[in-house]
Amino acid sequence: MPTFGHGRRVAIIAGVRTPFARSGTALKDYTAIDLGRFAVAELVQRTNLDGTAVDVLVFGTVVQSVMAPNIAREVALLPHFPRTLQAYTVGRACASANQAITDAADQIALGHADVAIAGGAESLTQVPILHSRGMSDLLVAASKAKSMTQRLAILARVRPRDFVPITPAIAEPSTGESMGQSADKMAKLNGIPREAQDRFALASHQKAAVGTADGRLAAEIVPVPLPPSYETMLAADNGIRADSTYEQLAALRPVFDKQYGSVTAGNASPLTDGASAVLLMSEERAHALGYTPLAFIRSYAYAAVDPAEQLLQAPVLAAPVALQRAGLTLSDIDLVEMHEAFAAQVLSNIQGLASPAWAARAGFSHATGDIDPERLNVMGGSLSIGHPFGATGGRIVTTLCNELVRRGKQFGMLTVCAAGGMGHAMIVERA
Amino acid sequence: MTTLSVNDALYPPLVRDDAVGVTVHVDDGVAVIVYDQPGVPVNTLNTRVAPVFAHIFDLIEQESAIFAAVLCSGKPDSWIAGADIDELARVRTAADGEALSRGGQQLLDRLAALQKPVVAAMHGAALGGGLEVALACRHRIATDHVKTILALPEVQLGLIPGAGGTQRLPRTVGLQVALDMMLTGKNIRAKKALQIGLVHELVHPSILRAVAMERARQLGRGESPTLRARKHGATDMLLEDNALGRKLVFKQARETVLAKTKGHYPAPLAAIDAVQRGYTDGVSEGLAEEARRFGALTVSDVSRQLVYLFFATTALKKDSGATIDAEATPVRKVGILGAGFMGAGIASVAVQQPTLVRMRDASLDRIASGWRAVRDVLRERLKRKQITRQQFDDMLSRLSGTTDYSGFASAELVIEAVFEDLAVKHQVLREVEAAAPHAIFASNTSTIPIADIAQASARPDRVLGMHFFSPVHKMPLLEVIVTPHTSASTTATAVQYGRTLGKTVIVVRDGPGFYVNRILAPYLNESGKLLDDGASIDALDEALVKFGFPVGPATLLDEVGLDIAGKSGPIMAAAFGERMRPSTTLLRVIDSGRVGRKARRGFYRYDRKGKRDGVDEDVYALTPAGSVRRVYSVEEIRQRTVLPMLNEAVRCLDEGIVRSARDGDIGAVFGIGFPPFLGGPFRYLDTIGAAVLVQQLDALNRQFPGRYEPAPLLRAMATSGARFHEVAGSPA
Repeated sequence: MPTFGHGRRVAIIAGVRTPFARSGTALKDYTAIDLGRFAVAELVQRTNLDGTAVDVLVFGTVVQSVMAPNIAREVALLPHFPRTLQAYTVGRACASANQAITDAADQIALGHADVAIAGGAESLTQVPILHSRGMSDLLVAASKAKSMTQRLAILARVRPRDFVPITPAIAEPSTGESMGQSADKMAKLNGIPREAQDRFALASHQKAAVGTADGRLAAEIVPVPLPPSYETMLAADNGIRADSTYEQLAALRPVFDKQYGSVTAGNASPLTDGASAVLLMSEERAHALGYTPLAFIRSYAYAAVDPAEQLLQAPVLAAPVALQRAGLTLSDIDLVEMHEAFAAQVLSNIQGLASPAWAARAGFSHATGDIDPERLNVMGGSLSIGHPFGATGGRIVTTLCNELVRRGKQFGMLTVCAAGGMGHAMIVERA
Repeated sequence: MTTLSVNDALYPPLVRDDAVGVTVHVDDGVAVIVYDQPGVPVNTLNTRVAPVFAHIFDLIEQESAIFAAVLCSGKPDSWIAGADIDELARVRTAADGEALSRGGQQLLDRLAALQKPVVAAMHGAALGGGLEVALACRHRIATDHVKTILALPEVQLGLIPGAGGTQRLPRTVGLQVALDMMLTGKNIRAKKALQIGLVHELVHPSILRAVAMERARQLGRGESPTLRARKHGATDMLLEDNALGRKLVFKQARETVLAKTKGHYPAPLAAIDAVQRGYTDGVSEGLAEEARRFGALTVSDVSRQLVYLFFATTALKKDSGATIDAEATPVRKVGILGAGFMGAGIASVAVQQPTLVRMRDASLDRIASGWRAVRDVLRERLKRKQITRQQFDDMLSRLSGTTDYSGFASAELVIEAVFEDLAVKHQVLREVEAAAPHAIFASNTSTIPIADIAQASARPDRVLGMHFFSPVHKMPLLEVIVTPHTSASTTATAVQYGRTLGKTVIVVRDGPGFYVNRILAPYLNESGKLLDDGASIDALDEALVKFGFPVGPATLLDEVGLDIAGKSGPIMAAAFGERMRPSTTLLRVIDSGRVGRKARRGFYRYDRKGKRDGVDEDVYALTPAGSVRRVYSVEEIRQRTVLPMLNEAVRCLDEGIVRSARDGDIGAVFGIGFPPFLGGPFRYLDTIGAAVLVQQLDALNRQFPGRYEPAPLLRAMATSGARFHEVAGSPA
């Protein structure tokens, strides 16, 4: 029995995403809003959706634009929808799109909405660069000055060091530890060897290359015209290296702990630009509008750990809860999609799921279970495809549902780790 | 506006004339004049309302309780849209036209001379005579709104402003801006109007009336509000503030006009004369010149034809195109097959309407080039500030591309612009009928009969032709082609959607070449045969430009692409025989690989950037006459090329390809640039007379057997003396 929805089942109708491009490359001229609009516009077109039928649009993003903080509303102002489409933006670090999807699903389950679009977008090229604290204090003071003399006097206090800008770092505000340092630490704590990480990363690239070549990944991608000449369209992720070898990966130097570390640019997910969008409906509305759902949301859960401990290990706590809510065990699950922030993190998560000690921390007497490598990330993951923070969740949900359909399987599980020591898991089922 | 009816009970109006739709209320010393012409969507100026205004101006002057006035419109989104064109069309003599102008001038002189200030409170269109009224007001306030458009578009009807506009406009916005407005008739939007000093202030529509009344009060009390002065730069001072500079401006304006009109349109020159007279001999002489020229123009042939085209276009807009009343289905999503030049062109106009566009082609590279072409069209509009950045983004976001038929299921209309090959058309038709079960299938073919395409259809009632002209975003005509199977609602939907795209739509019967390309074919063939016989390329083009076509036939072929013309040639010849047989020159030129501008090789040479660089003399070696060129008179060229076009148009009317002479005129003017000052082929035929035409055609046919045989209908009309249009100058 599904425990989610209290009788109103939430159907996943379709999902699309832009190609994921390493930041600073093909999509660098587009903002997160542009990318989000590409994904949502195509979702509407491809699904033959009547824009007036949509009740809410929820979008996730991590690095917010200072100029347009509610990116969801900017996307909802596409001419595909009436201007009355309400929309809001959510943030849960790398699980932001998942948060958008579960928020939208909640709205449908509650009966507040029947049709929702959820997704996320991220441009890690176009990030806001901040003035130093000293500079901002002076600029604020100057803007409040009453006379030109006063203003000039204030501005005269600017010192050279004030001009040094602050770029947002991917570091934990609570611990000061960067994401990569955390992954390196997790590798050490859990005894994940460098070779295992590199082999996992290599497999990710190889599976993604196959998924691209055989059209399965291409099927979920919106081709995006490429500036400045717009002569071609980007229709595939540009970070997948079909030809990379274990030797190449093994030759890379550790980035974070240069002496004893094992996390390299090759076994970590790259900074990425991209967007994703998923169409959700109540089961009844999907039926009434003539849509055949890909799958239904059966349950989900969020969890958190102390960020100072194992920052990216919370999926281990979320997964058993989601399975319990779904009334299933890991052995029931046909396909698993785990977000790959770092190979060290995925392998730590897999280890944690098999560990009774981690199960006990989640309040379970038995380990969640062993992940079958054959069912895991069958078309690669964030290591190869890329990881636009706010968009990844939409990609994972889409890929999982499409692949369940292709394989004619019943249950799928996805997990996502997120900054702040948070984790997410969701169980989807077909029909 | 609605509060007035409440006020009516409390404060009886000072003037109320329901017949013409004018009401005046006095509110705290300010006379509020509201014009709301009964039974029509927009206000126009006519000889019935003029005396009412004259009376109101007298009252304002006499009533001591009134110290200022405001002039408003009672229409929701228009102020005064100009003079009543029906009234103009009824003018019979130049003297009557001059008197009409004099009447308008005197009324507005009276308005301008009022001691008490009148404020024009404008929201919506203030055009022609409407703007002239505003110019005579002391103060002008307009709303900062997209619907607010100011213009003096009289030249577009072959006229000039006749109520003092030629004198007041230059003294308001400066000579150069005024000439630009009057000679082009272009629309001035609110922000621009403020910038050039055409209005004094812009306000939000919700406070227009209140601000206008407050300004009127201040002006009336002599508390002069700060009036925004027109920007007056150094160049303006050099050119406009002295007689010598102005002389230069007038000289340049005349040269520009002549270069553009080739002397076919007298109105712009008359406007320049009237403005100049005002500067050299004073305003009252200027006004006299304006009235005299206006009078002469109202009864001129050119103006009659342009007014005819105006009425014909207006009438066409109300014509559903279906023989029986049928409901048009609103098109919210349009599928386009083929992202090439035509497909992308159609997409570029479709995305500018609230339609989602789904474009399909075989490869993403082709989709990309289509997407780019659409973007280029929109980018140009953005650059010209015709659309905002937000509109640009929204329009572009309506376009999506696919290499399969995903997203086609919800399309109400699918337009194919794929390769001109019947088998290909049949294939895509079947695919569309499977992928888009509810859609109408429209072919943009220019050569293949629609009935042939419809043979592959399981539902031929939903198949028709939508023949757009290239470049789609610039060419105003759309031919909707129906077969005997096309249903009335299918026709109505295509016509309605074509209008939504801003096109002038004619409905034509299926047949080789439909209408426009069919009448074009003998014209192009005979042009080619002139080259066969030894005419030179530039002389041919020059003669027909002189006749009034925007470009000559050789240039047209280069622009359209000779390969395209080459494709239709055999089809037309097979259907119609000798008179449609392509010229030897054309066939040989195509064989030589010259396909026109796109290959930078055609009748003309093109440099690397595609800039034209004179006639390609090598072409002559390909003609039967070889390098020997002989001289043809302009008249000879006209007779040999234009007459067969007219003749073919008559055949089309006789065969029911076009439904009326009106549609035939509109199709030729908007589809191939047939000279508008001639009114279209059928109006031109009436001008020449069927008898004269038959005589000329017979003579040519003796010389060139089978190519100039007069159409049977034309021969019959020559005998009976009948005309295609009832009376010259009358509304269609």
